[in-house]
Amino acid sequence: MAEKTLMKGNEALAEAAIRAGCKCFFGYPITPQTEISAYLSKRMPKVGGVFLQAESEVAAINMVYGCAGSGIRCMTSSSSPGISLKTEGISYIAGADLPCVIINVQRGGPGLGGIQPSQADYWQVTHALGHGDFHALVFAPASVQEMVNTVTKAFDLADQFRMPAVILADGLLGQMMEPVQFEECEIKMSDASKKPWAACGHKNERKHNIINSLYLKPEQLEDTIKERFERYEKVKANHTEAVCDYCEDAEIVVVAYGSTARLAKSAVDAARKEGIKAGIVRPVTLWPFPVNELNEACRNAKKVLTVEMSMGQMVDDVKLALNCSKPVEFLGRTGGVIPKPAEILAKIKEMGGND
Amino acid sequence: MPEFKRPHALADITTHYCPGCTHGIVHRLVAEVIDEMGIEGDAIGVCPVGCSVMAYDYFNCDMLEASHGRAPAVATGVKRANPDKFVFTYQGDGDLAAIGTAEIVHAATRGENITVIFINNTTYGMTGGQMAPTTLPGQVTQTTPYGRDTSVEGFPVRVCEMLSQLSGVALAERVTVIDPKNVNIAKKAIRKGFEFQKNKQGFSIIEVLSTCPTNWGKTPVEALDRVRNEMIPYYPLGVYKEGAVR
Amino acid sequence: MAKMRVDFDRCKGCGLCTTSCPKKIVKLQTEKLNKKGYYTAVCVDDDACIGCALCAVMCPDCAITVGGDNNG
Repeated sequence: MAEKTLMKGNEALAEAAIRAGCKCFFGYPITPQTEISAYLSKRMPKVGGVFLQAESEVAAINMVYGCAGSGIRCMTSSSSPGISLKTEGISYIAGADLPCVIINVQRGGPGLGGIQPSQADYWQVTHALGHGDFHALVFAPASVQEMVNTVTKAFDLADQFRMPAVILADGLLGQMMEPVQFEECEIKMSDASKKPWAACGHKNERKHNIINSLYLKPEQLEDTIKERFERYEKVKANHTEAVCDYCEDAEIVVVAYGSTARLAKSAVDAARKEGIKAGIVRPVTLWPFPVNELNEACRNAKKVLTVEMSMGQMVDDVKLALNCSKPVEFLGRTGGVIPKPAEILAKIKEMGGND
Repeated sequence: MPEFKRPHALADITTHYCPGCTHGIVHRLVAEVIDEMGIEGDAIGVCPVGCSVMAYDYFNCDMLEASHGRAPAVATGVKRANPDKFVFTYQGDGDLAAIGTAEIVHAATRGENITVIFINNTTYGMTGGQMAPTTLPGQVTQTTPYGRDTSVEGFPVRVCEMLSQLSGVALAERVTVIDPKNVNIAKKAIRKGFEFQKNKQGFSIIEVLSTCPTNWGKTPVEALDRVRNEMIPYYPLGVYKEGAVR
Repeated sequence: MAKMRVDFDRCKGCGLCTTSCPKKIVKLQTEKLNKKGYYTAVCVDDDACIGCALCAVMCPDCAITVGGDNNG
């Protein structure tokens, strides 16, 4: 391992993409993720990659569609309003079974909203990232180092399952500086050699490849979607992740993801110091949602508390996962307001953690 | 002995196009150019949404189907990742000049090394003949039942004239395919576009004044006359810009 | 001299080929529908065909060939 360096989350994400062999990046400026573009515009030309600032978020995601369709690892990044614009393209990417990585450094919404950290895009990213029946892999790292580690995994799984992968960060993770380590590796840009389906020119050696999401016969479209959902089942079975702390004897289990999970962890630590049997579950993958992991962690729980930087979105999945087996409460701040550990601790106490 | 046969790059299947639709002629010309340049194995096409949505089945080179209007962005993604391949889009007027205006303008101004085949038939054919950005003043369509009123619907977009103002454009040429002489000119223009791309000399667009007999309510032969008598006066044929940009 | 030949089932009977024949010998026949239901183009005077392929140039469906082994 190389030495630790202090890096901003957005820049660390960008460097990690290069190390994952991401050859092309198509971006568009929007706060709070613009450092990703700025960093890659400097680095990409030096490592034989491509940085292109598109004319819009819509164009950027369609450039990703074309690049991914030709078999090359590529990425785009944005923040909430920009992700809304990308959803059309993401739907086509999913419909054409193309692998790519999309980063959402969330800010407050709806509309222009604000530019401070938020987690109000949970529903969008897990349930409605475009029209039609599909999913994207969704990773929710909680530190700069974890964001770095997630990038390669996101690319690899996207390739393996031929689907888009989203890294769901927020303005806090994107803007904070933390020490990070990158594994020593040779920078090697991806090529299409392991993607026999890619539209990269058939060289008169095979039948032509077609990258497409149009199926005019309903049965054919249904078969295509069913095949895709069979792949999703494999993802669910093998690549669902959650981190659970102090859950073995926990009577109150807090569920939080991303940067909020770190705040919640502080509150749980403080609760433990006060003798409260609190635990925390941090979903690392939001899709697939860690249903089994959550149920296991909540085995001894009397109550469950979901904490988010939104009015309550993931809490729906928590309730679905627990299927009414436990009461689920919610604490949220929104609009760019970050919940304080003291607020979360107070809520834990209010829920009866100190009786 | 003179010979005329289907080019190899054009798939040996019957298209879904209506009788007399000149899409078929333009498809063949693109395929002939691909054959003559010997680039089928290195060509990658991008289809639009519109009547030519299924062109991915009609060309034997690798193909991608783009969402409506985004073909130039998709082609940009392909080309940036594969700068030595030949990348072309094939787009209609609704796709290119309405919903995809931003994408075509910026691909052009970047001087993206791609070739755009632009079919202008003054209507949205696939959805049944609605007003297109290129619909002529007074033209009756499904959504301009009293004729296009420029005080309400504004004016047609002249794409070649507009794009020829941009520094990234190596070729902007308007052609048609209403008779053998013009078919010949059209093919030469398409060849020029691919040659500019081969030499990495900038963006090329070939606008083809085309027919839509079905939605115009004309016979295929009458439709050729409409191009000659109504479209060409509004959309003059010719080269609007030609020359390497880099 | 190579002659023009129409692929009966590929022709959509649009008649564009009839506009470009310098000998005016390409016509739409009105006797037999093909499997798509179109009256197809035919050369009404093979001897007069000069094999110029201008009909084929105007065919949107690549239904006309000239030369090669199309006479066999």
